[in-house]
Amino acid sequence: MKPSRFEYVLPRSIEEAVAARVEYADTVVLSGGQSLVPTLNFRLSNPEAVIDLRLVPGLADVRVDGDWIHVGGRTRQRDLELDDAVHAANPLIRETLHHVAHPVIRNRGTVGGSIAHADPSAELPCLLLCLDGEVVAHGPGGARTIDAQDLFEFILSTTLEPDEILTEVRFPVLPERTGWCFTEFARRHGDFALAGVAATLTLAEDGTIAWGQLAACGVTTTPVRLVAVEDALLDGAADPSRIREIAQLAADVVTVPDDESCSSAYRRDLLVGLVERALRTSLQRATERATARTSREVTS
Amino acid sequence: MSRREAEQPEQADNAPPMVHTGARVRRNEDPRLLRGQGRYVDDIPLEGCVHGAFLRSTIARGRIVALDTTDAERVPGVLAVYTCDNIGGLDREMPLLIPHPCITHGRTQRPLARDDVYYVGQAIAFVVAVDRYVAEDAVSRISVDIEPLPVEVDMERAVEDGAPLVHPDVPGNIAASLVQHCGDADAAFERAEHHTKIRVQVDRSTGAPMECLATAARWDPVSGELVVWDGTQAPIGLRGALSSLFDLDEDKVRVIAPDVGGGFGPKIHFPYANEVLVPLAAMQLGRPVKYIEDRSENFVHMSHERTQIHEIELAATKDGEVIGLRDVFLHDTGSFIPYGIAVAQVASTAIAGPYRIPNIEVEFRCVYTPTVPVTPYRGCGRPQANFALERAMDQLAEELGIDRFEIRRRNLIADDEFPYKREGLIFADGLPVTYDSGQYGAALALLEKELDLPAFRAEQERARAEGRWLGLGLSFYVEGTGLGPYEGGRVRIHPITGKVYVNTGLTTQGQGHATSMAQLVADQLGVAVDDVIVVEGDTGVYDWGVATFASRAMVVSGSAIHKAAVKARERVLEIAANMLEVDPADIELKDGAAGVRGTATTIPLAAIATVSNPLRYAFNDAAQIATQFAPASKGDGPPLQGDSRPGIETEQFYSPPHATWAYGVHAAIVEVDPVSYDLQVKRYVIVHDCGKMINPMIVEGQIAGGVASGMGGAFYEKLEYEANGNLRNASFMEFLMPYATEVPHMEMHHLETPTPLNPIGAKGAGEAGTIPVAAVIASGIQDALAPEGIGPLWHVPLNPSVLHDAVREARSR
Repeated sequence: MKPSRFEYVLPRSIEEAVAARVEYADTVVLSGGQSLVPTLNFRLSNPEAVIDLRLVPGLADVRVDGDWIHVGGRTRQRDLELDDAVHAANPLIRETLHHVAHPVIRNRGTVGGSIAHADPSAELPCLLLCLDGEVVAHGPGGARTIDAQDLFEFILSTTLEPDEILTEVRFPVLPERTGWCFTEFARRHGDFALAGVAATLTLAEDGTIAWGQLAACGVTTTPVRLVAVEDALLDGAADPSRIREIAQLAADVVTVPDDESCSSAYRRDLLVGLVERALRTSLQRATERATARTSREVTS
Repeated sequence: MSRREAEQPEQADNAPPMVHTGARVRRNEDPRLLRGQGRYVDDIPLEGCVHGAFLRSTIARGRIVALDTTDAERVPGVLAVYTCDNIGGLDREMPLLIPHPCITHGRTQRPLARDDVYYVGQAIAFVVAVDRYVAEDAVSRISVDIEPLPVEVDMERAVEDGAPLVHPDVPGNIAASLVQHCGDADAAFERAEHHTKIRVQVDRSTGAPMECLATAARWDPVSGELVVWDGTQAPIGLRGALSSLFDLDEDKVRVIAPDVGGGFGPKIHFPYANEVLVPLAAMQLGRPVKYIEDRSENFVHMSHERTQIHEIELAATKDGEVIGLRDVFLHDTGSFIPYGIAVAQVASTAIAGPYRIPNIEVEFRCVYTPTVPVTPYRGCGRPQANFALERAMDQLAEELGIDRFEIRRRNLIADDEFPYKREGLIFADGLPVTYDSGQYGAALALLEKELDLPAFRAEQERARAEGRWLGLGLSFYVEGTGLGPYEGGRVRIHPITGKVYVNTGLTTQGQGHATSMAQLVADQLGVAVDDVIVVEGDTGVYDWGVATFASRAMVVSGSAIHKAAVKARERVLEIAANMLEVDPADIELKDGAAGVRGTATTIPLAAIATVSNPLRYAFNDAAQIATQFAPASKGDGPPLQGDSRPGIETEQFYSPPHATWAYGVHAAIVEVDPVSYDLQVKRYVIVHDCGKMINPMIVEGQIAGGVASGMGGAFYEKLEYEANGNLRNASFMEFLMPYATEVPHMEMHHLETPTPLNPIGAKGAGEAGTIPVAAVIASGIQDALAPEGIGPLWHVPLNPSVLHDAVREARSR
């Protein structure tokens, strides 16, 4: 379990890093290394060069600016999790990160690394997709922005070009009158989930459901938006009695085939149960936030 | 924790007070281990050391058509590439360690495959290079062409006519078969009023020690000594194998098991390929060689265990008295049977558990499958036998409408029936099963009390009314522990420091021998526990004995060490009495010194040890009194008279008359989540009796570790072989060893029924925790999901998907 020989590149700027991406035929980018290093050690990946981002300045900056939370690609997951300003701006982020592996892994693992790795069972890609976030990629021609919905292609595959590096991840600030929930089930605490759901639910001024945004991980080849559920939420009033019925609409996104320890029938029912749980929690939190806001407005 | 003692072991007249024995003494080894100062094989500093890596088969069963190592040999930094063609006399089938007449077709593997491969992971070539990176580069450049042969990994199909054969000359893939009888099962079944028959299956697992296999070796061409550091449970056995295979005097082969990161059984097997090829390379290359196994290799190389399929049948009266038992089972031994029938034999002889059941017929067949070979892993067949028996008892209770506790109570062996012999069932020590002592009824009663059954039943009723799935499961087990043939113990009091050195032929892999063994000696000699230094696992230090297995360390080595300590005490008292000019009976040993009772006069142990050794040179103050011209010197004969020996050093051996039987009963209150079908263990209650506990804290640690491993077998850990013989989940990402978060909090209660078979009254505790867990969890989930009317849970490990599908199936009926 030792990697094959590779060149180790330690760039001091994003331009140098991109240049190395171009220079070598086959490169990988080392950010937190929590998935990459095992891959190298198993020799599943035998790149010509490993480009280590740790000395590239600015890649670990986090700031909340207007409607967006800007997260440097190399930000440690644990740092984002513990950032109170981020939590105030969008509490779904911390709740999601609590489900990412264990603290020791989050201490090393990075936000951009997980998203660029694009494991379909991972929580952060699912979060990004749910929130309609975006990423910034630097390539030889400069930077470009990619919407979450255009990023994830297949298992461990994104629309990032081989000579690009993901430098920033942007999450929207949670809108007003919005509730949130991340829930998942893993066989062991901290494992990749058999299924996971990220959800936000926004109420109209009159307290009815205006819209919901939901994404799931672990159920198909990429993180996936639960469009049928979202459409059903647009249709009707916020009648909690319909939540179970609406959650059923998630079942069809499951494409992971049966395996010895997890039948697809089970995974479908699990996803539905998680969606229901996520919707109920989101609705409750949305109602609490709307109420709290109203009462603040009244007192001021 | 509660504790009850049946009776105190008999105390000799002049026996010392038991201050440390039985106390929760903190472990001597922990400060070192917890600070990362443990020294494992990979930590042994060896100058100029080179490193090995294996090429392993990716095909389960196949014929090697071509094997070309030329490119690998050309990789810069490669020192040697070994295949079966250049390892000389090592190219032979390795020993079948425990022969038995019923093994009609015993097969063992060669260190490196010749002509055929038999499982994914089998070693084909061994590369030695300047470092592990280069060695792995070279492995990837070996060209091997294997023509796949048909395989059958399903054990039941493997024994059918026409199934592909693992070994072409072994018909039906049957390595061994054995039928045993106790009483007259046929007659019992004839007169029984009720029969219950079930089929149960326990799947394959692995011990997964924290430290994988590891071997380092150094050959000294001047002294002709081969030193091997090895993560083994059996250094003395390995020394014997190496000295035979390499034709070296035993004295010239030294095997050291340094700190070993967990054993759990698989490391009792030897020699693994690395254990012979690393020494070979060290001797041929003249440089130290190391091989440190990867986790991914460990999954496909180190022995597995567990797969058994039992068809068990109980013959009972209407009142639930079980008068007969028949069990026919298949045991998966993998591609070879190097450790003999141990696992199947232990399962077969534990099949009647704690119950009287006087008439038994048990039959097993050991089946070859093209998978990693099977040798004992913590529990060694007992978890399978327990699962079969206890699920059958639950089923019988259900069919007869008798409460699960009550049906057990009616069948437990009573206190006055010990020793209870099962004539005809021959245990792994070659002797008939004889339960030596126990309080089975008291254990069950204590469990019921601690569980507060009426409260649970009320809670369950409420939960069910709310649609929640809450249940209770239980299982009662027995465990034959402390097998012979023997172990030794040597005790020596150091003349300079007064510290006590203790040796035995075992190894420790985390069980705390350095403390528990020291406690026994500390009490005899009146010294602090941390002044007793236990050194084991090094054939250069002590080489009489067997190994660490079968929950036997405390029973067998502990007894030997205790006997040696008693002798050392006698010798100390004798010399001290001489020095103090008092009667030995007036002397007490305390705080590292001998004192005369009722006076302030004391002599340190170091001084006594010094005096016991006639000296010429007064190298320190204490030594002056031991020299020839010292006033104490008698001068009327030789300093050592008769058969006496210098110093205080004693050696004793203990050979058990037969195994001693520990037991216990576990129960769990479990809840199943309606969305995830995950298991929540709300309470896990244990009543445990391993006889006299030397250190209850260590016993509880053993139980807790055992239950953790048992939880794995109940709900998480399963090695999944694909139909082509590939192991699908050979990593900790997919082989779900439970984390601390998946292991329940345990409430432990102890009974202490001493065994009459050894001087310390102890029974083994190493495997106990593992044995009943799968039955407890299955029984609890079955109870929880009873309102759904699901089918029986007779196959472990369970998982959420299985439970979901069972509920769905029941609801669609």
